[in-house]
Amino acid sequence: MEVRKFFALVGKTIFIALVLAFFAIPVLWLVFAPFDKHPRLSVKLPEFTLDNFVALFNNPTALSSLGNSVILALGTMVLVLVLGSLASYSLSRVKIPGREILLYSLLLLSSIITGTAAMVPTFLMMVKLHLIDSQLGVVLVLGAGIMPTVIFILKDFMDSTPRSYEESARIYGAKPLRILWDVVIPLARPGLATIAVWAVVQVWGNFLIPYILLRSPGKSPAAVVMYTFYTEGGQPNLALISAFSLVFSFPVIAMYFFVNRRYGFRFHGGIKS
Amino acid sequence: MASITTTNLIKEYPGGVRGVDDLTVQINDGEFFALLGPSGCGKTTLLRTIAGLERSTGGTISIGDRDVTELDPGSRHVAMVFQDYALFPHMSVEENIAYPLKIQRVNKDSRLAKAAEVAKALTLDGLLKRRPGQLSGGQQQRVALGRAVASNPEVFLFDEPLSNLDARLRLDARTFLKRLQQELGVTTVFVTHDQAEALALADRIAIMRAGRIQQIGSPREVFHRPANIFVASFIGSVPMNLMQARVEGENVIVGLDSVPLPTSARGLALGGQDVTWGARPEYLSLHSEEHPNAIRGTVTVLENLGASVLVSLAVGSQLLQVVVDEGLEPEPGTLGWVTVDPRRTLLFDSEGTRIDSLADAAELTLTGTTSAW
Repeated sequence: MEVRKFFALVGKTIFIALVLAFFAIPVLWLVFAPFDKHPRLSVKLPEFTLDNFVALFNNPTALSSLGNSVILALGTMVLVLVLGSLASYSLSRVKIPGREILLYSLLLLSSIITGTAAMVPTFLMMVKLHLIDSQLGVVLVLGAGIMPTVIFILKDFMDSTPRSYEESARIYGAKPLRILWDVVIPLARPGLATIAVWAVVQVWGNFLIPYILLRSPGKSPAAVVMYTFYTEGGQPNLALISAFSLVFSFPVIAMYFFVNRRYGFRFHGGIKS
Repeated sequence: MASITTTNLIKEYPGGVRGVDDLTVQINDGEFFALLGPSGCGKTTLLRTIAGLERSTGGTISIGDRDVTELDPGSRHVAMVFQDYALFPHMSVEENIAYPLKIQRVNKDSRLAKAAEVAKALTLDGLLKRRPGQLSGGQQQRVALGRAVASNPEVFLFDEPLSNLDARLRLDARTFLKRLQQELGVTTVFVTHDQAEALALADRIAIMRAGRIQQIGSPREVFHRPANIFVASFIGSVPMNLMQARVEGENVIVGLDSVPLPTSARGLALGGQDVTWGARPEYLSLHSEEHPNAIRGTVTVLENLGASVLVSLAVGSQLLQVVVDEGLEPEPGTLGWVTVDPRRTLLFDSEGTRIDSLADAAELTLTGTTSAW
């Protein structure tokens, strides 16, 4: 009996250790490799150096690509916040037949728009709209892709805003847009913050859409530019890539902490408070 | 300041349910008017239709001499206090009170001055910078009132504004509300399911049931002369005794005993007619010895009401309740004789309508004509 217990414990411990290693090793690589003189595709204690970062900051494409990522991320964020709050508010308040089905099918289809399946038609459409090699085009496609999810989550927040707030504003003569601005938006702020962060993360890490729609390297975001870091010998330039990866992941992590402190992440609607 | 008139007002929901059913009411200028009824009777629907939050399906609503039936809520010059107060949680007390003025594009200095003035009148000074979440229930309720007052409306609409307060605070708030309404003199419509609240506050009460008005009258009228059994059983802190009875000459037979015919029904009740005899427990007297013209019963339950005791007696298969002063209550199981003042009792016919020689009950129900009691 004792022996069986012991082996069960050993088995469990090994399993947990494996799972932990699976998640920890890439993170360890991300933390160690940028400071290593000769980074490899394995985790090892670094021979400490900051040369990789110096090389990165001397690479003009790398820095400007971070700027491009910011433009795309913020552009998409603003787009989905403005359109998403208008859409979710109206969908929350106006009863139309088949509303739930509409929302679910939009949610389902959205994964196709930004996915590989619709790549060719999306590309052709952007050609017709003369939005190839335009950051606006990327923002529109990415925004459209995540909009259903945005509406879906925001609608939940809007639904949980008691109607008597709006009714009392209506009694005093406020018009719908005014009510949205004065009452609904401030109350849905945690939801909007969640959406803002989520939208930025989605765009920040997206490779496919900007890779297809942008031609000139000067407009490409970091996720695409990273793909171009090769040495003269045709090998991936691990020194540059690892340093860039760390810098690349920093803004998202920082933003998460900022928003979490300011608003906290919570989801409404599950439990009646 | 304005009167409110609804004419044949109908609010029908999809599916044919009528929240308000062909309702004609005149609420006078400066009046404190209560809409009273059980939940689902349509009182809140009527209030919301007057406010414009619900569109009426038929009929008209006028405020003063303006027909507001088709107007937006914001153009009707009404202010409403909601059951949950609906204070904006992200705005301070000051901003909440000044919000109606912000919508009316009053400049910031004068609207904050107005908010401070209103807050002072409602004893909220010192709390102006707080958020609603930092206030007690009573303070929140006063902020909601303050916001209504600041908008300078022609009509106040209150949707159960006291129901979220605890019992003790509710009494204070009630007195406060009545004084405020008297000082401002603004026509006020007040929805409540609490008959004591309606009796205490209102100049006139409309008792509603299933979208229709059962009776309109002063608190005194609806208490003493309920138009029908529904009103009789709804009004009063202890329910009125309503007992199956039969008319025999100048007497009413209740159980095995006979009591004098109610004064109001004299000459109208027919011999042998099956009726419901109504008497408020407060107006009955209980005796421990046999009495002529009394109803005999066995004391079953005693309920302490504070300064008085509610005694329930079994009379045949029915129950008769009497309120007696403290210290005078009988022992359970003993016999008791209940005597009545015929001026304080009522008769209702088999349809539940009051049999009355002084004022026609049906007319009272339909037009709201008041009769001197």
